[in-house]
Amino acid sequence: MYKIVSKRELTPNVKVIDVHAPAVANKARPGQFVIVRFKETGERIPMTIAGTDPEAGTVTIYFAEVGRSSTELGMLEEGDELLNFAGPLGNAAEIKKYGKILCVAGGVFSGAMLYQIEALKEAGNHVVAVFGFRNKYHVMLEEEVKGVADDAYICTDDRSYGYEGMGVVDELLEKEDFDVVFTIGPTSLQKNLSEKTRPYGVPTRVNLFPIMVDGMGMCGACRVTVAGDTRFSCVDGPEFDGHQVDFDELIMRMRVYNPQEKIAMVVHNREAN
Amino acid sequence: MAFDTPAVEMPKQAPDERTQNFLEVARGYTGEMAIKEAERCLSCKNPQCIKGCPVNIDIPGFIELVKEGKFIEAAWRVKETNALPAICGRVCPQENQCQKYCILGIRGQPVEIGRLERFVADFEREKGIEMPEPPEQTGFKVGVIGAGPAGLTAAAELVKMGHEVEIFEALHTAGGVLMYGIPQFRLPKEIVQAEVDYIKRLGVKIHLDSMIGKLYTVGELLNDGFDALFIGSGAGLPRFLRVPGENLSGIYSANEFLIRTNLMKAYRFPEYDTPINIGKRVAVIGGGNVAMDSARCSLRLGAEEVHIIYRRGMGELPARHEEVENAQEEGVVFTLLNNPVRFIGDGRGNVREVELIRMELGEPDDSGRRRPKPIPNSEWRMPVDTVVIAIGQSPNPIIQQTTEGLEVTRWGTIIHDEETMATTIEGVYTGGDVATGAATVISAMGAGKTAAAAIDRYMNN
Repeated sequence: MYKIVSKRELTPNVKVIDVHAPAVANKARPGQFVIVRFKETGERIPMTIAGTDPEAGTVTIYFAEVGRSSTELGMLEEGDELLNFAGPLGNAAEIKKYGKILCVAGGVFSGAMLYQIEALKEAGNHVVAVFGFRNKYHVMLEEEVKGVADDAYICTDDRSYGYEGMGVVDELLEKEDFDVVFTIGPTSLQKNLSEKTRPYGVPTRVNLFPIMVDGMGMCGACRVTVAGDTRFSCVDGPEFDGHQVDFDELIMRMRVYNPQEKIAMVVHNREAN
Repeated sequence: MAFDTPAVEMPKQAPDERTQNFLEVARGYTGEMAIKEAERCLSCKNPQCIKGCPVNIDIPGFIELVKEGKFIEAAWRVKETNALPAICGRVCPQENQCQKYCILGIRGQPVEIGRLERFVADFEREKGIEMPEPPEQTGFKVGVIGAGPAGLTAAAELVKMGHEVEIFEALHTAGGVLMYGIPQFRLPKEIVQAEVDYIKRLGVKIHLDSMIGKLYTVGELLNDGFDALFIGSGAGLPRFLRVPGENLSGIYSANEFLIRTNLMKAYRFPEYDTPINIGKRVAVIGGGNVAMDSARCSLRLGAEEVHIIYRRGMGELPARHEEVENAQEEGVVFTLLNNPVRFIGDGRGNVREVELIRMELGEPDDSGRRRPKPIPNSEWRMPVDTVVIAIGQSPNPIIQQTTEGLEVTRWGTIIHDEETMATTIEGVYTGGDVATGAATVISAMGAGKTAAAAIDRYMNN
């Protein structure tokens, strides 16, 4: 069992928890994920690691309450325990000195991106960060990213705060030369960003989160076509060359249980009432 | 005389009833049936059956006790050499092992050793399992990687020798393929967990959520106080056909299909959170036990028409005869001598058809089976909603990739000494599917046992 030692609410639907899992905290690196299960009837939920405190033995996870499982996870409180917390899984992002880096994140994934930016800064890179959110109510980690990155831009899709949408990325790519681009975020954002950077020839590392079950190379649910070959996100990724990923296939594969998601939410709401 | 007496049939759920539920198909013997079947045993002076048992169960000995109605004592006799009897009694291919050598089998039906093993194990479990006396502690500590049949057996053997044993299991529950692979209706998960509990009560410590190669490496475990290690990480990596369209939605690896169904209990969605999509028409590609399990799960999940698509013929199906028969009784359609060429989608990313090519059998290949070859221009299309690819699994590569000095074959299996199961690293042993490639539960258990004996000798030297 893995105790939730702290829990905070960042936006109306994003929560962050620190989970006591000392062995995972020792090994985890940016880019990796854990598989969480919090009740006997629960599913295995992959979640990107967004920080560790090896001394306290904790691992930080951000999550958005978007479906039944994440909503129920959000109902747990400090002191509650998770049944399972398996990790660190997947390969870590390669942290080294690249030079000048653009880091683009969206929504709840900003937490994981911030963790990676901290490591990239420590490796001596110049980091420009762009964090995008749906609207001003969903903005998070603004101060934190501004405190770590050399330059940081906050954007919203509806222009209610900061820069507009992804426009700032176009300007940055046009004006500045980046050695590499990293992105973690919704798949549509990762796809768009990869398309934007392609004409500039900037290596673009995406961090995918397809549907997974075991997260350990067993099921193949997370298979994704990269450069024409089938790869497993869990053991071959989750980071891939964004210019080689077949995003359209990935996006279709990610929608396959949408009907069941809706049923699960109906059941959840009925139980909650 | 016994040669003429037929074996006592084991009651089964009727096919039309059992495809509506996930309850165990075979219901097991009653005490009366068990005694009657045991009485068929000739108690040979020179029993051949034991030769066929990878874990050397004293078969005539336990059957003799069944004849006398001493069922608990019979269970103990089995457990002297086999820590998982309720499992073996259900899933061992006895027809190729103990029962193959039974003298009665020459002229009639062999003694149903598996059914008797299952009966005594179930009888003991229902009565409440008594634990053996704890052995004297040796002070040695062994790490076991993987809580499947190989790892559980090695752990049970080692702990009974007085060693301290810790198992590292990557998934959230112990049992390996017994939990994620073999379906509930063939091997109830409550029985697996009861056998796992027995091993825990023997003193084995099980760490879940612990993927070796990620959370700890083999090297770290060796430096961290383990005197020896056993790697039984299984064959978890699914194989795909590598034909166009294979990533369309609705196409599952058998591993994913069975993990969702068995381990995550998707058949009880939305009570359980994990969903599965099952269409009206299902095609299962492959002819082994995993394919039969997938086909039979499909029926129970609500499919109307389920096909087994296999590139060879009926006589070449690698599945156990009993499983093929069960699938046939339940209405699975065998579409043999056909092989998928590609999958065709509906334009929205879902599979709609599979294109097959008819095959014919040519000369025997290295395995002795006749080699299938495609008949030119014989392609045809079958409409499908769901496809399960059950053409085999390879070893999960993570431990091999993260362990310096651990040599592997080109198939990814760990190179080992066949007599001791020792790997190329001193003090590290292996067994089960990661050593041999995908095989049976009982052969993995046999290897676990062999390795445990070798580990004991190694530590004492």
